[in-house]
Amino acid sequence: MRIGKDLVAAAATPLVLGILAEGESYGYAILQRVNALSDGELEWSDGMLYPLLHRLERLGHVEATWVEAPTGRRRKHYRLSSSGEAAFAEQRRQWDVVSRALHRVWSERGMGDLALGGA
Amino acid sequence: MDGNVEEQIAAWRGFVRRRPTIATADVEELEGHLRDRIDDLRARGLSDDEAFLVAVRRMGQLDELSREFAREHSDRLWKQLVIGDAAAERSRPNGLVLAVALAAGAALAIKLPSLLGADAGVTLRNAALLVLPFLAGYFLIRRRASRATVLAVAAWFAVVAVLANVFPFVRGDLTMAGEPTSMTEALIVLHTPIVLWGAVGVAYAGGAWLSSRARMDAIRFTGEWVVYLTLIALGGGVLSALTLGAFSAVGIDAEPIVQNWVLPCGAAGAVVIAGWLVEAKQSVIENIAPVLTRVFTPLFTVLLLALIAAGIVQRNLVVADRDLLIVFDLVLVVVLGLLLYALSARDAATPPSMFDRLQLVMVVAALVVDGFVLVAMIGRIGEFGASANKVASLGLNLILLVNLAVAAWLQWRFVRGQVPLARLERWQTGYLPAYTVWAVIVIGVLPPVFGFV
Repeated sequence: MRIGKDLVAAAATPLVLGILAEGESYGYAILQRVNALSDGELEWSDGMLYPLLHRLERLGHVEATWVEAPTGRRRKHYRLSSSGEAAFAEQRRQWDVVSRALHRVWSERGMGDLALGGA
Repeated sequence: MDGNVEEQIAAWRGFVRRRPTIATADVEELEGHLRDRIDDLRARGLSDDEAFLVAVRRMGQLDELSREFAREHSDRLWKQLVIGDAAAERSRPNGLVLAVALAAGAALAIKLPSLLGADAGVTLRNAALLVLPFLAGYFLIRRRASRATVLAVAAWFAVVAVLANVFPFVRGDLTMAGEPTSMTEALIVLHTPIVLWGAVGVAYAGGAWLSSRARMDAIRFTGEWVVYLTLIALGGGVLSALTLGAFSAVGIDAEPIVQNWVLPCGAAGAVVIAGWLVEAKQSVIENIAPVLTRVFTPLFTVLLLALIAAGIVQRNLVVADRDLLIVFDLVLVVVLGLLLYALSARDAATPPSMFDRLQLVMVVAALVVDGFVLVAMIGRIGEFGASANKVASLGLNLILLVNLAVAAWLQWRFVRGQVPLARLERWQTGYLPAYTVWAVIVIGVLPPVFGFV
């Protein structure tokens, strides 16, 4: 299955905020987590994650620090700020509404089909 | 990792570094990502070469990536408006022919009123109206603006043209130049450029005038444009002086020609050429303007602190000078300019520094000085009554005061790490229309209210 570009773009911000709400992380690990959470279905080119992280940083939703990784290389770590927590909560409310609505419309149609079949 | 992969990574890094929108720290971040990916893939049994190829492939198209970085970091984009490959940039004409043609048009347009027999007042009132359409037109053509944007900018100019010419001004005393003037007419001369600069900004932003980023770019453009115009004016002054000197040496008086033709036409053309230079030579000036800001911020802070000291010692900062408020408006405008320019050139990712604290001191000092002046001026207006001049400068003063007060509050919170830089940016760019609206009021409402005197 190939998920449309617009949907991927729309889902990227809440996903990244949600992953950072689990705890501090860095770019590569965030992408691994996206991959695991979506069973590999939700993908975008690796590089695109970074402009997104920088936007969240500019808006003050995340704070970034450079730390030394076990490999000896420097890594930029991202952590949710308090305004990021608020943004995450807000995104979550909005997506809850959307996903509930989608669930309902699909399950109601499912029942309608069933009723027709029974008649 | 063996040497071969290291070489390939180094080559890749070289490619990425050449993108002006991807900063060095970002390259390091991306390279770290690439190496993590390669390590992972090799752990799954891919050969070094295969791992490298897959990792680079997954990183995504470099063009697309640098465009995405440009969208996020428009301050970097500013350094090089054309994103994408260098070949496309070379093949793109840099607009010189268009700029020169429009500059020539502006130079002719400025002489139109006097050729048609209008007086100096009419020429002055319409100067910005005659010249700025050429600058706005340059950007509308270069940006391939939509029909809606072109119409909006044209309507903007049309409305101001009507307002500037519809009123029957009552001209009073003769000035030193021997021209009769009206106070409200002089206000129109001062305020039409402000209103029209809004239209130029819309043209510059290609119609995206609601976007905070686009407005910041327009602010950046304005600062650079002023620097270029000043440089051209200096050169023009030298040229005029040499012309006069050389001709008087051979016994010809060139002054009428220089004064009536060279200066006005040169100034009108320079307005357009400076706009073109900002676009064509961005990276050159880009290094100068932030330096100027850094040099003059401490100096202005010292000036303002000295003024506060003088006010306290003398117990009265306002001696009987009616133009005082205008002088302080100018001080506040310069302070605001320094603040805006530093903001537009600042990298949002760096933490608050000494310079940000210094800016805070400057803004607070400006507010204190202005508080002194404002109290005295309001008392004066209460005593002697209002005039169009006083209302215009008082209004501008209050608008500046609100702008700087909120800016100081946000700067304070930014220095303490409580708000991100983006909040300051949004406040400044969101407040810009207040100036345009006030200038429209000065042009359209004050003249009838004060009987066109």
